[in-house]
This record gives sequence, structure tokens and C-alpha cells, in this order.
Amino acid sequence: MTKIYSYLSEHINGRRLVIGVPYLWFIMLAAIPLLIVLKISLSEMEDTSVSSMINWAEGWPTLKLNFSSYLFLGTDPLYIETYLSSIKYALITTLICLFIGYPFAYFMARSPKHLQPMLLMLIMLPFWTSFLLRIYAWKTLLVSNGIINNMLMAIGIIDTPLPMMNTPFSLLVGMVYSYLPFMILPLYANLSKLDLRYLEAAADLGTSPFKAFWLITVPLSKAGIIAGSMLVFIPAVGEYVIPELLGGPDTLMIGRVLWDEFFSNNDWPMASAVAVVMILLILLPMAIFNKYQSEQAEAKA
Amino acid sequence: MKNPFGKIWMIAVYVFLYLPIVTLVIYSFNASPLVTIWSHASFRWYTALANDSDLISAVGLSLRIAFFSALISVFFGTFTAFALNRYKRFKGRTLLSSMSSTPLVMPDVIVGLSLLLMLVSVQHWLGFPERGLFTILLGHALLGTAYAAVVVTSRLREMDGRLDEAAMDLGCKPLQVFRLVTLPLLVPALVSAFLLTFTLSFDDVVLSSFLSGPGYSTLPMVIFSRARLGLNPTINAVAAVTILVVSMAVIASSIYQSRAERKRKLEVAQAYSDANH
Repeated sequence: MTKIYSYLSEHINGRRLVIGVPYLWFIMLAAIPLLIVLKISLSEMEDTSVSSMINWAEGWPTLKLNFSSYLFLGTDPLYIETYLSSIKYALITTLICLFIGYPFAYFMARSPKHLQPMLLMLIMLPFWTSFLLRIYAWKTLLVSNGIINNMLMAIGIIDTPLPMMNTPFSLLVGMVYSYLPFMILPLYANLSKLDLRYLEAAADLGTSPFKAFWLITVPLSKAGIIAGSMLVFIPAVGEYVIPELLGGPDTLMIGRVLWDEFFSNNDWPMASAVAVVMILLILLPMAIFNKYQSEQAEAKA
Repeated sequence: MKNPFGKIWMIAVYVFLYLPIVTLVIYSFNASPLVTIWSHASFRWYTALANDSDLISAVGLSLRIAFFSALISVFFGTFTAFALNRYKRFKGRTLLSSMSSTPLVMPDVIVGLSLLLMLVSVQHWLGFPERGLFTILLGHALLGTAYAAVVVTSRLREMDGRLDEAAMDLGCKPLQVFRLVTLPLLVPALVSAFLLTFTLSFDDVVLSSFLSGPGYSTLPMVIFSRARLGLNPTINAVAAVTILVVSMAVIASSIYQSRAERKRKLEVAQAYSDANH
């Protein structure tokens, strides 16, 4: 064993190895696949192999590009409507998560120190049990002969079942439910570090607690708000499973369109074009987020 | 806490988070085939589960994929974390760090689609791999590597760099430093990265659906196809069993983690007092 170790440490450049291994791994599995998606989004339906894209006929390689999928995407109102509706649902989900999660994280950060690790673990615990099963559970609660309707009817609050399932309501319940921990965790991390002396100083100077909250706590937790919102908004835009199980046929989400183009219509160029546009939509908020984070890091340094 | 409003708010959020899980488990003991209408308690759906060969073979496949993809993820994730944390300046560092975070930020449908299109191109070219266990494993390993890198990175950041320096001053070669100093200190992080990536793989339905071939259905794929059709009491039983296993694993791992942490602190204290005598 020791011989192998000494051989390895003498004959292999550690630095090159440590950098090279993950580099190869991610180039193969992350970078090249995304380039292939870009390429196939620019091809025709029958012609989706990589080699046929470069045309060597003229002696120089020339690229053969076909924008028909994008043209279709830009002119068919259904696609545009679906993108807009995905953004709308993701935005509403983010706002509701912020509305529920901010006070929660605030109170959690103020609760007794010895309780906080347990409160935190209780937030994380559902995350460890299957996401799919938890979404399915909402289905059993929300359908018209489901548990919530049965209970409300048994108590006598309603006579006929409320139509909750397969509506924007059930979709949003599922989305908020799944993404709420992603909002709470960064907010809690941020709010638990808040220096309480600022609030004491404000109180000494005669500021009401309500005003102090808006003037001090909220601005100081801006980084947490932005991080939480991004962690909710970005995956929510492309969500597939929740709208498929809870949203019913009428709630339009772009993840489902991509899935159907691929699995039902077998239209790979179209599915790829849908994916490329979705990536562009996600990159914009991410760029803003990254810029904000690096500014923060600079401000600290 | 003095504020009753805060207490109520927190309790309401916990109820919201746990209500579906609790009802799922309770109704798994419901004798009626109508999932949502309670008749009387029984183990009927657990017996049905034990005889459901589709589900059982799916569990086997999912466990195998989760185990191996977690191993691969921890391996490559550790490399990624080292490359990004130990070498602050090298050509293409930004590229590596953004590539390693794409699986975290991209929606699953895009990761699945792009990997599948890549694998199809490779298959065109080389004649393999066939879609099935290996391709699903590769997809989960990619996703897991990204998460494992985050877990290992956070541990590397809080680790005392002076220990490595001390080992080098005492004449250790870089590989020895890694084996004798860094790796033992990293073990708790590697264990939590393994558990996290195992869970991610065991839970994934989107990547598996894209990458799977005929005859390869993971547990979430079977659950998903049944849940799409409507309510199904066997899913409740699956859920109850999963929740039991997962909560035991989480409790066991948190006990292990806190013990490891305590042991490490004791050893550090011991070393300091030895050094002072």
C-alpha cells in the first residue's frame, strides 16, 4: 500500500488531477448535453444527429441552422401564454412563501436558543421524505370526495364539496408546500444573525416596534429575502410533477409543455427550443442574484 | 416567546407542513378501497403491498441506483469541492463552478432532456449505452455530485487550514496530508453528502423518466404513474413505510453526527492539554 501511495504522489501532478477529474465529469454531463440541446433546437425534426449539422461541402465547415422551432414558439400564442402563466404561478408562489416564511423565520430566530435546532430540524424533516408522496397526499386531501371536503361536510359548514382539486388553488398549495422550506432556511440564517442592538437603539430613540421592523429588520435581511426568493422562483418556473398531479389539464406550465413535446409528440427540436427559452428565462433572475451577491461580498471585504 | 401571534403563526406553519404526511399515514390503515373515506382500521393495504411484485422490484431497482449513485456523487463531489476550495486561482475556475451548479438551478426537465439527448448521440456514435439502469445512474450521479460538492465545500470552509500546514511542516506529502488529516476530518460531511444524494436519487421521478428504458421502472416512477391515474391505497402504505424508514435514518444520522462532533471536540481538547503539559 505504502508503495502505491509513494508512487502516486511522485508521479501524478495532484493539482492537475484534482482539477481535471471534476472538469471532465461536468463537461461530459453538464456542458456538452446543454450544447446538444441548443444544437437540436436548431435542427429539423428528421435530422437530429450532431454530425449532420456541420456541412463540409464547401471545403470550410459551415453551420446549418434552422430556426423553425423558434419561429413556431414565437408565433404560436399557446407557447407565449404558457411561459407567461409559468412565470405568474412561480411569482405568486414566491410571494406567498415570502409572506408565510418571513414571519416564521423571524419568530424562529427569536425563539429560545435551545429550541432552535429542533425547530430547524422539523422544517427540514419533510424534505427528507419523498416529495412525490407529499404531493400525492395533497391530492387525497383536496379532491372533491377528499378528506378536507368530507370533514367540512360532516361538520356542516358546506353542503356540496368545494371544487379545490385541478384548479390554480391546488397547484399553488402544492407549490407553496414544496418550496416553503427553501424560503425559510436562508431567511432564518439571515435573521438569526441580526444584531438586536440596532432595534434597542431604535426603541431608545422612540421608534415604534412596527416602524423599526420596516426600517431596520427588513432592509438588513434583504440578502435573505433575495436568496430565498430565487431558491423558490427558479425551480418553480420549470416545475413538472406538481402541475401534473395537482394542477389539472387547464393550468399551463412550461415544464409540462416540454414533457409533452418530448414524450407525446416526439418532437425533439421543439422540446429543445422550449428548453433553451426556459434556460434564458432562468438566467436573467440568476444573473441579477449573482450580481447582487458579488456586490455584497465586495461590500463586506 | 412573549408574542402569542408568533407562536400561533409557527404552529400553523408546522401543521401545514405535517398535515399531509400525517393523514397519509393514518389513511394507510383504512380498510376501505376508497382512499379518503374511513371505514375501519386494517393492515389490508400492507398485505397488498407485500404481494405487489411491480412495486417490490421497483424498490429493489431504486435502492441499487440510489446506493451507487450516492457513492459516485460523493466521489466526484469531493473532487469538485477540493478543486474549487483548495485552488483559488486556475484557468477556467469560473466555468467549473458554474458547471457544477447547473444541475442545482436547472429544472429537472431540462437536465433530463439534455442528458438523454447527449446519451442518444453517444449511442448513435458508439452503439452504447442502452437506456436503463446505467443511464438513470448517470443522471442521478450528475445531480448528486452537485449537491455533494455543496455539502463538502461547507465543511472544507470551516476546517482549520493550519492542520494541513502543520502536517506538511512535519514532512507529509500532499497525498499523505489528505489521507491522514483531511479525509478523517471530512468523514461526517461525506456521510451527510451520501445520505442526501441517496435520498435525492431515491426520490427522483423526472430524470428517471427521461433516462429509463423499457423494463426499468424506479419506485417513484411506479408511484407517479399510479398517482396520475387517481388515488390508490397502496401508495398510502408505501408512504407510511417510507416515512418510517426515513425518520429512523434521520434520527440515527443526527445522533451519529452529534456524537462524531462531540468526539472530535474532545480529541481537540485532549490534544491541546497534551501539548501544554
